[in-house]
Amino acid sequence: MKRMKRRYLALQLEMDGVPSEKEFMDAVWGSVSGLYGEVGASLTSLALISFDVSCKVVVIRTSLETLDFLRTSLACITSVAGKVACVHVLAVSGTIKALFNGFNV
Amino acid sequence: MKRSFVDLHLKIAPKETHALQNAVQRATKFGYRHIAVPFTFEPSLQEIENIKNICKNAGINPILRADLHPQNEHELMNSLRRLRRKFDIICVICDDKEISRQAAKDRRVDLLNFPNFDFRKRFFDRSEAELAHSGIAALEVDVAPLLVLAGPSRVRFLSCLRREVAIAKTFGVPLVVSSGVTEERFMRMPRDMASLSYLFGLASVEALDAVSTNPLAIVLRNRKKLDDGFIAPGVRVVMEGGVL
Repeated sequence: MKRMKRRYLALQLEMDGVPSEKEFMDAVWGSVSGLYGEVGASLTSLALISFDVSCKVVVIRTSLETLDFLRTSLACITSVAGKVACVHVLAVSGTIKALFNGFNV
Repeated sequence: MKRSFVDLHLKIAPKETHALQNAVQRATKFGYRHIAVPFTFEPSLQEIENIKNICKNAGINPILRADLHPQNEHELMNSLRRLRRKFDIICVICDDKEISRQAAKDRRVDLLNFPNFDFRKRFFDRSEAELAHSGIAALEVDVAPLLVLAGPSRVRFLSCLRREVAIAKTFGVPLVVSSGVTEERFMRMPRDMASLSYLFGLASVEALDAVSTNPLAIVLRNRKKLDDGFIAPGVRVVMEGGVL
């Protein structure tokens, strides 16, 4: 079986206060399924890797094929847990190590 | 070569100095090198200087842009005659078919922008694209409605955009993707803004060109024309009153 290629994204969350991990991921899932539907969302293999509360930097994982889907969906997020928010992609990498080397997450 | 990102449509009123300062600082932080704040009226020299100072302090290049919203063709021609040499970019908001046709064929118009929330007034069809191609106008797409709209209205908007972008590509009309934001919170990083263009059928390089190369080419072309030494395309004064 062909190995699935993955991409790791470092995200900067901009909002007042800090949401819980679940609230953040609900916002991401909501945005992906809003734009691409449930089938599209199921293809993303989305997973939370780390959530740095102090600097609001989040690392998530997705499959390479759906990286564009995810980037678009992240740009469309306007609220997290009912509060005004936006998410910026800081970096994309093929390995967690390279991602963490590039950024002091 | 590193891309130089441009947001040609930061729709914040030039008179709201504080909001503008914040937006410009945010744009700098996000990595934009050039921004345009649209004027819907003829500005005074002081207002222009004010914007230039705000941008200079933030380390970003200001682009002077006029948004024309004419009621008829006559008004459009008058505005173009009056404002063309004062602004780097002239954009016509086309909410009437005759105006949009006239704007597309006039070589003084740089950008064609269509109403974002009234889909029946988006007149960018094949005829419009052909005229825009023979003129030099580009199609401007604002991404802010994608963040504001939801559900069926967003679906309808995306469907309109996809059709227009396909027509523009067929006829070779340049595409410019701008933010079109009125509030700071909707501003996005240039690459995030480009990623929103995937939704209406742009490939990744085309999307990046639409937020960097295409708008910058329009600005540079117009700045050359507005330069004192410009005579005609390919002809300019290099020296006066001496031997070369």
